[in-house]
Amino acid sequence: MLMRRIGRSSGASRSCFFISRGGFSTTTATSPDGTTLLPTKTSTPSSSTKSINLFTAINQALHIALESDPRSYVFGEDVGFGGVFRCSTGLADRFGKKRVFNTPLCEQGIVGFGIGLAAMGNRAIAEIQFADYIYPAFDQIVNEAAKFRYRSGNQFNCGGLTIRAPYGAVGHGGHYHSQSPEAFFCHVPGIKVVIPRSPREAKGLLLSCIRDPNPVVFFEPKWLYRLAVEEVPEDDYMLPLSQAEVIREGSDITLVGWGAQLAVMEQACADAEKDGISCELIDLRTLIPWDKETVEASVKKTGRLLISHEAPVTGGFAAEISASLVERCFLRLEAPIARVCGLDTPFPLVFEPFYMPTKNKILDAIKATVNY
Amino acid sequence: MAVCLKTSRTALHYVRTRPGPAFTHLLNRTFFSCSSHHCNPRIISTNEYRVHSSFLGLGSRASQHSKALKVEDHDHSENEEWDFPGGKVPFTTKIKFTDDSSKDRIPCYRILDNCGQQIRSSTSEMISKELAVKLYSSMVTLQMLDTIFNEAQRQGRISFYLTSNGEEAINIASAAALSNDDVILPQYREHGVLLWRGFSLQEFANQLFGNRSDYGKGRQMPIHYGSNKLNYITVSSPLATQIPQAVGVAYSLKMEKRDACAVTYFGDGSSSEGDFHAGLNLAAVLEAPVIFFCRNNGWAISTPVTDQFRSDGIAAKGQAYGIPSIRVDGNDVLAVYDAVREAREMAIKEQRPVLIEALTYRVGHHSTSDDSTKYRAIEEIEQWKTARNPISRYRNWVESNGWWNEEQESELRGSIRKQLMNAIQVAEQIEKPLLADLFTDVYHEMPSNLQEQERSLTETMKKHPQDFPSGFAV
Repeated sequence: MLMRRIGRSSGASRSCFFISRGGFSTTTATSPDGTTLLPTKTSTPSSSTKSINLFTAINQALHIALESDPRSYVFGEDVGFGGVFRCSTGLADRFGKKRVFNTPLCEQGIVGFGIGLAAMGNRAIAEIQFADYIYPAFDQIVNEAAKFRYRSGNQFNCGGLTIRAPYGAVGHGGHYHSQSPEAFFCHVPGIKVVIPRSPREAKGLLLSCIRDPNPVVFFEPKWLYRLAVEEVPEDDYMLPLSQAEVIREGSDITLVGWGAQLAVMEQACADAEKDGISCELIDLRTLIPWDKETVEASVKKTGRLLISHEAPVTGGFAAEISASLVERCFLRLEAPIARVCGLDTPFPLVFEPFYMPTKNKILDAIKATVNY
Repeated sequence: MAVCLKTSRTALHYVRTRPGPAFTHLLNRTFFSCSSHHCNPRIISTNEYRVHSSFLGLGSRASQHSKALKVEDHDHSENEEWDFPGGKVPFTTKIKFTDDSSKDRIPCYRILDNCGQQIRSSTSEMISKELAVKLYSSMVTLQMLDTIFNEAQRQGRISFYLTSNGEEAINIASAAALSNDDVILPQYREHGVLLWRGFSLQEFANQLFGNRSDYGKGRQMPIHYGSNKLNYITVSSPLATQIPQAVGVAYSLKMEKRDACAVTYFGDGSSSEGDFHAGLNLAAVLEAPVIFFCRNNGWAISTPVTDQFRSDGIAAKGQAYGIPSIRVDGNDVLAVYDAVREAREMAIKEQRPVLIEALTYRVGHHSTSDDSTKYRAIEEIEQWKTARNPISRYRNWVESNGWWNEEQESELRGSIRKQLMNAIQVAEQIEKPLLADLFTDVYHEMPSNLQEQERSLTETMKKHPQDFPSGFAV
């Protein structure tokens, strides 16, 4: 764990996503000088909203969480100075170093500590610097946090625990700054797994996670920390957990995804539309316990399903969604369920463009499914 | 006596042929010259007092003790220091590696000798007759509870058991030195702490039988006790996971300015787990009022401490993390009580962690699934069971004060036995947990997938009742 820092995107010609308030449209804006990647605003903010990026939305949520509950704490590696992704900027200054603090470089310690803090009735908001480094804490999450309530017969719980971790591809992260480990945690009864797709979603969902009476693993799409900009309400608001959202309505095929991958899927949907294929896009938002009903209703309508995630396809959460939907919609399916996911390799640095479930891979799968 | 010497010589040879043993200091002349039946108090007192007083010379306050961490024999002629983050570091021109920590063993604090004779004269004032007798009767209760529940497992009435045999002093004396507001994060061989806090024999039995009155709703194996009202966080099987959690608990107590600390127990084997190191380091850095209580009982299932680590036990590790640490004779009730009382005061007043390493011996098998005679000499077990038995040793002291006699002993044992047998009978009669409790408490509220699975299971049960154990009300 020597190379831990990925700072500001280095300016490779990445697309910038602008996510409008009402829906989920994207525009591309290649940075001219390779350093400034924030997109131009294309909508007028209302008095109660502000156009901000994803890390700022997270930062706002943390400010509100600390402000609204004196028994809430934010801690993790390098959190004190604002965090390597700037998500905790200004928190220590405002709330003091007793409530916002650095921990030693020790993920199992961070989560174990958070469980104890939460077990005493506090809101423990732990940061794991990269999801790639969450594995030392796996035992604490799987054997401890997830079972704390059940094994004590509800005498004790650590429901105040929220573990935040940046996940996913970032263009230059290689093996250990790119992983999407969500499926490991989706196999663990007792925790919730939540992944936001945009700044507005991130703020509302994170506040829900922090205030939810269950331990939650909250994966933040680090590719979008700076790239995704959206009108975000400035006040305190929460978005429901375990509720998927249909972010694009369509009639020919249902696409299910979460986090940063939705932006890629949205582009595929737009291209498919040009070919006369109407796509319905669903953001699952909470992976466990997940909203089968929304997906089921959509698949019953479209008769087709495609799931896409960055994580390796084998054993990925798409497999679970696929199996569940076959159980529920077998007779309504007009084609095999498609999975467009990461390859079954470690996340490869120079091969990232090959590894990724790209727009055209998705588009091909949409067409193949519709024309089956 | 002959057996004692033979065993001890074997043990000494073993220890000498392996560097860095944790038990060398216990194999001293005193130990060889004494058994529970044949004591020479005069010789023992002399030997033991020397060790003891030299330790006191360092100061019994572990805070002073921690300051003894110095790099010796440095050449300070240059008189220069490096103002390095974390504190000034003196320069030296001599190339010299530090000694390994097993060279000069951290001494072991004790008050009673092996025969229950008091070495330190002033300590009788620290403990009243009432407390002394309660400590003794609780130790006897714990021993009997273990014996009878272990027997119940042997008879097939419960599925599993695990005793604290040989570690009764650690269990009871440490609990007695704490306040009930102190939050306990146990491993699994500390049910005496729960007993001291008032967990009834019936409550123990209910957990072991996993019946409807078990607070854990029959979900965990026997001995995984927990009690919210007694501030005893439910046992989980994974080792050392409770250690960093205790730091979080302690941090909460600190922030709330409570007059309480967190106390976490673990064994010598757990000190090899990453969570041990995570917890100690976090506690030191975050200045959390937590007592790390290590029961160094020599064995982690079949692994002796010599295969576990090469440091000077666990106390040396505490010191290395910047935590005041003490080694104590875990079979000496008064010493354990004294050390924990002092540690608690330090932890709360100074708002910092403290580590206690109590040397003891796991007299019983690891659990009912283990036969420890497969990997250790019966003579060794017997030696600890008799010559260094914490209960008989302490009984000698209580009796010598005129606070206990044979009549009280037999009355106590008779009464406890009766209560235990009754608790078992009652627990056996209590119905099984509700089937609904299979699905509750996974989350705060039951999600739809579990509701669906509950419905499905209920239907299957109706269809195939013969596939399922009876007595679970739907």
